[in-house]
Amino acid sequence: MKHIISVLVENEFGVLSRIASLFSGRGFNIESLTVAETEDKSISNMTIVTIGDDHIIEQITKQLNKLINVIKVVELTESVQMSREMVLLKFAVNSGPKRLELLRLVEVYQGRVLELGVRSLIVELTGERAKIEAALEVLAPFAIKEMSRTGMVALARDGKN
Amino acid sequence: MKEMSGAQILLEVLQEQGVEVIFGYPGGAVINLYDCLPDYSCRHFLVRHEQAAVHAADGYARATGKIGVALVTSGPGATNTVTGLATASMDSIPLVVFSGQVPTPLIGNDAFQEADIVGITRPCTKHNFLVKRVEDLERIINEAFHIAGSGRPGPVLIDLPKDVIVGKCAKKVATKPQLKGYNPNYAGHPGQIQRAMEVIFKAEKPVFYVGGGVVLGNAARELTELARALQIPVTTTLMGLGAFPEDDPLSLGMLGMHGTYRANMAVTKSDVLVALGARFDDRVTGRIDEFAADAQIIHVDIDPTSISKNVDVDIPIVGDITDVLGKMLELVKSAPAKAKACSAGHNAWLEEIARWRDQHKLSYQQDEIIKPQFVVEKIDELTAGKNPIISTEVGQNQMWAAQFFTFTQARSWLTSGGLGTMGYGLPAAMGAQVAFPERLVIDIAGDGSIQMNSQELATVVQYNLPVKVIILNNGYLGMVRQWQELFFDKHYSATTMDHAPDFVKLADAYGALGLRATRPAEVEPVLKEAFAHPGPVVVDIVVAAEENVYPMVPAGEAISNMLLV
Ligand SMILES: Cc1ncc(C[n+]2csc(CCOP(=O)(O)OP(=O)(O)O)c2C)c(N)n1
Ligand SMILES: [Mg+2]
Repeated sequence: MKHIISVLVENEFGVLSRIASLFSGRGFNIESLTVAETEDKSISNMTIVTIGDDHIIEQITKQLNKLINVIKVVELTESVQMSREMVLLKFAVNSGPKRLELLRLVEVYQGRVLELGVRSLIVELTGERAKIEAALEVLAPFAIKEMSRTGMVALARDGKN
Repeated sequence: MKEMSGAQILLEVLQEQGVEVIFGYPGGAVINLYDCLPDYSCRHFLVRHEQAAVHAADGYARATGKIGVALVTSGPGATNTVTGLATASMDSIPLVVFSGQVPTPLIGNDAFQEADIVGITRPCTKHNFLVKRVEDLERIINEAFHIAGSGRPGPVLIDLPKDVIVGKCAKKVATKPQLKGYNPNYAGHPGQIQRAMEVIFKAEKPVFYVGGGVVLGNAARELTELARALQIPVTTTLMGLGAFPEDDPLSLGMLGMHGTYRANMAVTKSDVLVALGARFDDRVTGRIDEFAADAQIIHVDIDPTSISKNVDVDIPIVGDITDVLGKMLELVKSAPAKAKACSAGHNAWLEEIARWRDQHKLSYQQDEIIKPQFVVEKIDELTAGKNPIISTEVGQNQMWAAQFFTFTQARSWLTSGGLGTMGYGLPAAMGAQVAFPERLVIDIAGDGSIQMNSQELATVVQYNLPVKVIILNNGYLGMVRQWQELFFDKHYSATTMDHAPDFVKLADAYGALGLRATRPAEVEPVLKEAFAHPGPVVVDIVVAAEENVYPMVPAGEAISNMLLV
């Protein structure tokens, strides 16, 4: 099962490596990990998407808590979180009907065109993971040239944590 | 305020922390620190290898309960500490290890004697620090001591770039460390403790399964009182030896792979298993789904990650072991009738255990060749009442020491349990002897292991640390040979130690006393001579080459499934 874990850590060098080595050293999976400063510059927020049964998730949370630089660990279950991912896509398409169709689909997914060139197109898509996955499936036939995807960021909804 | 160098600040803070002893080895990156060292009251012991500095600090810490301190230079000095740190980390031993580092502007440049020791030791320390500014040094050292010694203890490394050691700033007044993300829970939850006691009071076949946490948490007295009050039998892990007096009828001895028959049977048949500062290690549990399969499990530990890691626990209690056992004792005292009924109700259980005890005692056949078990029994006999400290190397020697010595005191047993580090015993004994110059400190060694840190004989001679090294010389890497005999058709691959040094001459070369016994009748006089000698001694005891450690639970089997001879 997929789990989203939100981790507040002290914003110090080496913290990311401590967390990464905890996961690798104990054989836990990381599906994605994002990290950035919070409103308080001395604290960073990490969103880790991981896979495991309840027993493993319990160990992951406890082991994270045990790290000295970790301030808070919250498991964000599906119902109580807001999450987003973003993907940037570059398509090799010339002007023509194919491009028009692509643009229409991008619009369906509320994507934004960031750059429109003669032979290529860069698009930004943002949304919940399911939406991104669906969009990627639909857009796959359009010869995606390059893709860069963020991991998930997530916050607990008000009053839920 | 007067400015001081990083070196001076460090030594001042060590003084404030009450550090009396440093084990170390100098080099370019820490030369300025060594320059200041003689100005301070802290005693420095020059070891012969940095691994031994860390093991010595570790032995010192285990024997005293204080935090052990080691100091090494950058690069190879630092990397040589890794085994020591990992050993301490696995056994939760509080250490603060200082390593030199190249100056901050050179970090990352592959400078001479640079090693990313913070990166290397991250997984084998409780925490580690790279000090980037001399202004942070004092705070970091205080944090390091706080982290090492509190909660579940462990080693902490502080990496000191040379410019931090020579840099100057004003020393501040010590303040209590404030760590946002670190606040170990000491007080056991009263509701959980109450629930646990209800279960314990009702148990018909309870067992206390005691680990190193009881020793580290200094709770031997509380444990003993509780076990006696409720007549609950006690088994200890390798790390827990000494937490409960083995001469008490309630003692089951050690459990696990080389545990006693009665301990393994009692745990297997128990209806309530109370794990105290233990972590359900695979060498203890054997096949996990058959470990105490019918028991309700109560688990007390200061480290939440230990709980429900390997087995599902019915009643978890996170807290300091002394606090929890203290609260349990209060509940016992406040319900004397219940306690009385409880202890009286265990008669049948204790009789069953006595039958197991009589069915299969730890035993061996002494014939014309010296048996290693006989040597350990002799050591036990000759040191009875003298409160000795026993360290061990790793392998059969370690298991025989664990089985045949009668442990009655906590903090008198130094052995590398979690990591199983050959070469641990001599430097650890050295550290303990520094702390207790008057006590008899004995390293029960193997002929293989002793060669891993035998250079420390120079250190014990230099400082006249009268450590007694008793080598159970079987001419083999015996424990591995035992596995090869039992599970690989006696295919003795790379386990024959037929080119060992003459240990008596080796002792002599270092200036220690060397003695040898080759016949059973010589064992006692030789040991007596060794123990009476005022200086360090190496005793080479030629023992039966192919003796095995029994009982033995083959790896992966249930612990009730013991090979008995
Ligand atoms: C540093 C290290 N290397 C290898 C091992 C694997 N090992 C475990 S016991 C053992 C044999 C030890 O031989 P010896 O010290 O002679 O003890 P004996 O078993 O013969 O009593 C070995 C090689 C280890 N525990 N530690
Ligand atoms: Mg041997």
